[in-house]
Amino acid sequence: MSEVRIVVNGVERFGVVEGRTLLSGFLRDGLGLTGTHVGCDTSQCGACVVHVDGQAVKSCTMFAVEADGRSVDTIEGQAAPDGTLNAIQQAFQDHHGLQCGFCTPGMVMSAAALLKENPTPGEAEIREYLEGNLCRCTGYHNIVKAILAASGQDVAAIAAE
Amino acid sequence: MPKDHGIGASPKRREDVRFLSGTGNYTDDINLNGQAYVHFLRSDVAHGRIDRVDTAAAAAMPGVVRIFTGADFEGVGGLPCGWQVTDRHGQPMAEPGHPVLAQGKVRHVGDPIAAVVADTYEQARDAAEAIELDIEELPAVVDMKAALRDGAPKVHDDLAGNLCYDWGFVEENREAVDKAIKEAAHVTTLELVNQRMVANPMEPRVAVGDYNRATGDHTLYTTSQNPHVIRLLMGAFVLGIPEHKLRVVAPDVGGGFGTKIFHYAEEAFCTFAAKAVNRPVKWTSSRSEAFMSDAHGRDHVTKIELALDAENNFVALRTDTHANMGAYLSTFAPSVPTWLHGTLMAGNYKTPLIYVNVKAVFTNTVPVDAYRGAGRPEATFQLERVIDKAARELGVDPVALRRQNFITEFPYATPVAVEYDTGDYNATMDKLIEIGDFAGFAARRAASEAKGKLRGLGVNCYIEACGIAPSNLVGQLGARAGLYESATVRVNATGGLVVMTGSHSHGQGHETAFPQVIAEMIGIDESMVEIVHGDTANTPMGMGTYGSRSLAVGGSAMVRATEKIINKAKRIAAHLMEASESDIELKDGQFSVAGTDKSVAWGDVTLAAYVPHNYPLEDIEPGLEETAFYDPSNFTYPSGAYACEVEVDPETGRVTIERMTAADDFGNIVNPMIVSGQVHGGLAQGIGQALLEGCVYDENGQLLSASYMDYAMPRADDLPFYTVDHSCVTPCTHNPLGVKGCGEAGAIGSPPSVVNAVVDALQSAGRDVTHIDMPLSPARVWAALQG
Repeated sequence: MSEVRIVVNGVERFGVVEGRTLLSGFLRDGLGLTGTHVGCDTSQCGACVVHVDGQAVKSCTMFAVEADGRSVDTIEGQAAPDGTLNAIQQAFQDHHGLQCGFCTPGMVMSAAALLKENPTPGEAEIREYLEGNLCRCTGYHNIVKAILAASGQDVAAIAAE
Repeated sequence: MPKDHGIGASPKRREDVRFLSGTGNYTDDINLNGQAYVHFLRSDVAHGRIDRVDTAAAAAMPGVVRIFTGADFEGVGGLPCGWQVTDRHGQPMAEPGHPVLAQGKVRHVGDPIAAVVADTYEQARDAAEAIELDIEELPAVVDMKAALRDGAPKVHDDLAGNLCYDWGFVEENREAVDKAIKEAAHVTTLELVNQRMVANPMEPRVAVGDYNRATGDHTLYTTSQNPHVIRLLMGAFVLGIPEHKLRVVAPDVGGGFGTKIFHYAEEAFCTFAAKAVNRPVKWTSSRSEAFMSDAHGRDHVTKIELALDAENNFVALRTDTHANMGAYLSTFAPSVPTWLHGTLMAGNYKTPLIYVNVKAVFTNTVPVDAYRGAGRPEATFQLERVIDKAARELGVDPVALRRQNFITEFPYATPVAVEYDTGDYNATMDKLIEIGDFAGFAARRAASEAKGKLRGLGVNCYIEACGIAPSNLVGQLGARAGLYESATVRVNATGGLVVMTGSHSHGQGHETAFPQVIAEMIGIDESMVEIVHGDTANTPMGMGTYGSRSLAVGGSAMVRATEKIINKAKRIAAHLMEASESDIELKDGQFSVAGTDKSVAWGDVTLAAYVPHNYPLEDIEPGLEETAFYDPSNFTYPSGAYACEVEVDPETGRVTIERMTAADDFGNIVNPMIVSGQVHGGLAQGIGQALLEGCVYDENGQLLSASYMDYAMPRADDLPFYTVDHSCVTPCTHNPLGVKGCGEAGAIGSPPSVVNAVVDALQSAGRDVTHIDMPLSPARVWAALQG
């Protein structure tokens, strides 16, 4: 067992974990941050994407001990303290970019990382960036549209609704 | 101007806020004090005799609470099948037992043999690896036709063979159909495979069992589309727990697509084990387990023959399908290739004679059951493919051939036992041609060809029977359950409402759309209405969500209950205003007396109902709460026309979807934004089936596609923006909202248009290709191009 100290959503958190404990497991079971979801066991689905030191990471690909001393941001830290959604979250709601909500935390975290790298990505760039995030409900249409809108681009021309 | 509230508006979804901020409550987010974890040891062979399961060493491993095997479930009921099909000869289908944990034999890769309950998930998993297992591998059957041959290995030793049923529909039509085909001017024949699919909701299945020894109350938290159905099946048929001692909760559920309808062994196990070890017991499926334990979908092999007269009128249709049941009968499996498939074979066309034969077959594979569309995509695919092939053989326009044979007068009784109430198939085809810009296709093809690519345009129509279903009808067809829906509408003293519905939302947005209906009926703001679902403890007995039924059936129950509320509220308002009940009108949340300026507000009436100081207690009970059960008198029949444009790279065989267009008639629309989202998702699953997905077994029954590395899920860059339209409206004639349902249409309507488009592209290059089986992988398309 190892002790870990990780700054999660701006707050320093401690834990004692097995060497094999994944970061996703530590967030969910150790810290009760159940917004980070686990949808597969081969690091394909992207439901568990968080930011580690500002970089998008599938938290199932990283051991909790590897995050020791680092900073992790999860979906729970995205909205303002009063609950107001951030621009990406709000765009997902405005454009119906989610249905069952299970892939959504990973989608929002991936979208945030994309827009940090590329503030006005085109449709093809968004679709390519989301290769590692699976969604089974939306057919991606409204997710792509929401990310375009969140980056300030005009989405009126894209088939409405 | 689009409406900003009520029916027809698109308010933002209220459930999104919790999902977007990570505060949803999915089953795996539920952790109970003292809970133990279970890991299932599953068969790694497709067929085998269990000679020995030695758990002694494993039981001594750290943290192990108890290990269960099949022996612990002797005397416990098996998983029941909810539908009995009667075969061509009037005999009931073969119905083998389905134990919670394997007894004596394993019958598919993934069949659970033992279950380790331990303090942690890791300990359970470690201990499972220490179980000593002697399994004598037996020859497996995977291919359906091979399974029916004499001498084939038997999946179930106590059955006569591997045939579940041989179903003929309508059996009385058989000879007439044979004769019409023999005498027809033209017959088009097509053999095809509708491949096995895995539903793959992004949330894997989870079950948490809890037991209170002091009260004897059981609770199961589970990822279900229909918690009441699970409570009835598991309580009455598996574990013998009466409903009043069993609560089933399906909280936020991360997608279903059919595969979360069924009652699964893991649910029964966790409920059983929680009592046995006197601790909550939790199971969370890994994705790998999901591939080998979630019920699969489709898996039909079909020969279809379409007969036409000299004027190209359809005169007869005959289909012969083998449908894979897998190793056991999943909850509603027998109904899918029969009553959800055979009854749809008329499609949108006035073919007078139809005969459908289905042989359902047991094999050493994961059970197969309903997956988005369930039987209707299989019917649509074969019908729309054979029509396309016929058009090409006859040298006529595929759209014109369809139009010529459209049903145009309603109601229309098909030769396969259903009656379509409304529809306008020419209207959706006209809309498709407009929004799909068919006029511009030739120029787009030329542009593709200039780049060295092939371009094809494929169209198809579809009809589905949904709003499942009239109980008396499905009872005659073999259903062992009613298929009504329920709603309790509770009005609070200050005027807010809570609707407790038997429908279940796992992405459909009921929490947003259902209040729109009530807001419209009463004339109040949607924010005054809350939807409660997913918990048998606080919802009336209801059948859940599948078959595009929530609004058509559950919404109708809600309307009926709200009508009762309004009627009672009008009586109270009449009393308050000293007027005659027949003069009371309700508009914009105000009750008024016709022809006067007297009025009372909604909130005044609801308060009077609960603070009945000035109240006709001798005539009316206090309170304002009503329940309704709604049983539909017919299915609903959404329909539409879809088009796909593809580009094919002749060098690689790679297909890209350039345009995907859907023109649907869903009847009246409550929330256009949600409806479009449902169609988008369905299109993605249909395109996924057409181009990418497929569950593959080898000849020994090994599951080769058991992870996302092997099973090609559609990703964002596999798909285009879609063009969808639902402005063609023929309201359903028999439910109070005039709605038809939209959840499955996209998945039903899209695969044939994709394949039709690829065939069109290849034929445009002079290739004599009439069919390619799905998924249309680059390898398959390239091979077809090579001839």
